[in-house]
Amino acid sequence: MSNFKEFTKGLIKENPTLVGLLGMCPTLAVTTQAVNGIGMGLATTFVLVCSNIVISLLKNIIPKTVKLPCYIVIIAGFVTLISFLLHGFIPDLYSALGTFLNLITVNCIILGRAEMFACKNKVIPSMLDGLGMGLGFTLALFLMGSIREIMGSASWMGIKLSFIHPTSVFVMSAGGFFVLGIIIALVNKIAGKKPPKKIGCAGCPNAANCASVRKDEE
Amino acid sequence: MMKSIFIIMLSAVFVDNFVLSKFMGICPFLGVSKKLSSSLGMGAAVIFVMVCATAVTYPVYHGILEPNGLEYLNTVAFILIIALFVQLVEIMLKKVMPPLYDSLGVYLPLITTNCAVLGVTLLNIDNGYNFVESLINACFAGVGFALALVLFSGVRSKLEAADIPATFKGIPSTLIAASIVSLSFMAFSGFIN
Repeated sequence: MSNFKEFTKGLIKENPTLVGLLGMCPTLAVTTQAVNGIGMGLATTFVLVCSNIVISLLKNIIPKTVKLPCYIVIIAGFVTLISFLLHGFIPDLYSALGTFLNLITVNCIILGRAEMFACKNKVIPSMLDGLGMGLGFTLALFLMGSIREIMGSASWMGIKLSFIHPTSVFVMSAGGFFVLGIIIALVNKIAGKKPPKKIGCAGCPNAANCASVRKDEE
Repeated sequence: MMKSIFIIMLSAVFVDNFVLSKFMGICPFLGVSKKLSSSLGMGAAVIFVMVCATAVTYPVYHGILEPNGLEYLNTVAFILIIALFVQLVEIMLKKVMPPLYDSLGVYLPLITTNCAVLGVTLLNIDNGYNFVESLINACFAGVGFALALVLFSGVRSKLEAADIPATFKGIPSTLIAASIVSLSFMAFSGFIN
């Protein structure tokens, strides 16, 4: 039962992108088409599940002082694996994602889950946590991609929607920021809670440093 | 040669601005752009690390990985180099130049996981730049990043004073402001052809 909860929390309630505000770069960059959003989401899910499993298996072996480099190397290893797989089997997606496939390595969702969950929990819950968070990320990317593709190029998953007039600004970078801003505002409205004042990087390994920078600002 | 370098400089700062058109380094862009001073500090630290990281990763890729057919290890190798390098710079600055450390020190650890730094080293290889071009691209990509942060800190200081509906307070209004700044940068896209 509790394992099931570890899985479902990431989908909506603690959605890493829309509630946790993590992993903004890929969310903005690859969502010009819904298909790319799904592809990026699933690639990230794969890396997240694998790295969570390995890190939770190695949690007693990795020394505390060098844990960040260790996590990054584990994650980068799986990123290399998935980019090989995509290059071989789905070359279209591979070229659409471009550099952002390699940049999964520094996606703060993955490092954040390693730091917050996998290094403290057993293998099965860690795996489910990674799966849930990854699918939540995929869901958010799919939503963003759908809105931008429908509004910007008047098509959806490759289906032409001739009754919509395409507004190309939505597929440009400005549209990305705009759509994400509106979606997060909606999520705040629906959740009915106070909007987060600060970026939710609590899971990020650098949160402490970041917080000290912000303290200077205030 | 001069012409191509000039084009790389202009496109790295304006046309392909890392933050506003490539979407790299959004976390520090949103997190550390509230005040001008911290924007400048973060910007300077990023320029410094980008140039140094490129100066190290370029020879590693072309001298070690490529001759041995290990190109696919670039992500692993580069991120390790960046992580190590940032740590080293932090220790050195602390010992050698304490005043500089005081102004940049807090920003340095944040840079390891800044995707703009890993991004620029990978893009330099992908674009087939030579060593000098890579260094210039890295330097001006950093300048573009700093420019976006500094500009945006000005926008945010206005936002602070504005009366925004509760739902849009915080991140949503910041993102929409970023969208407008990014729109203005789109004007540069016809700059280079």
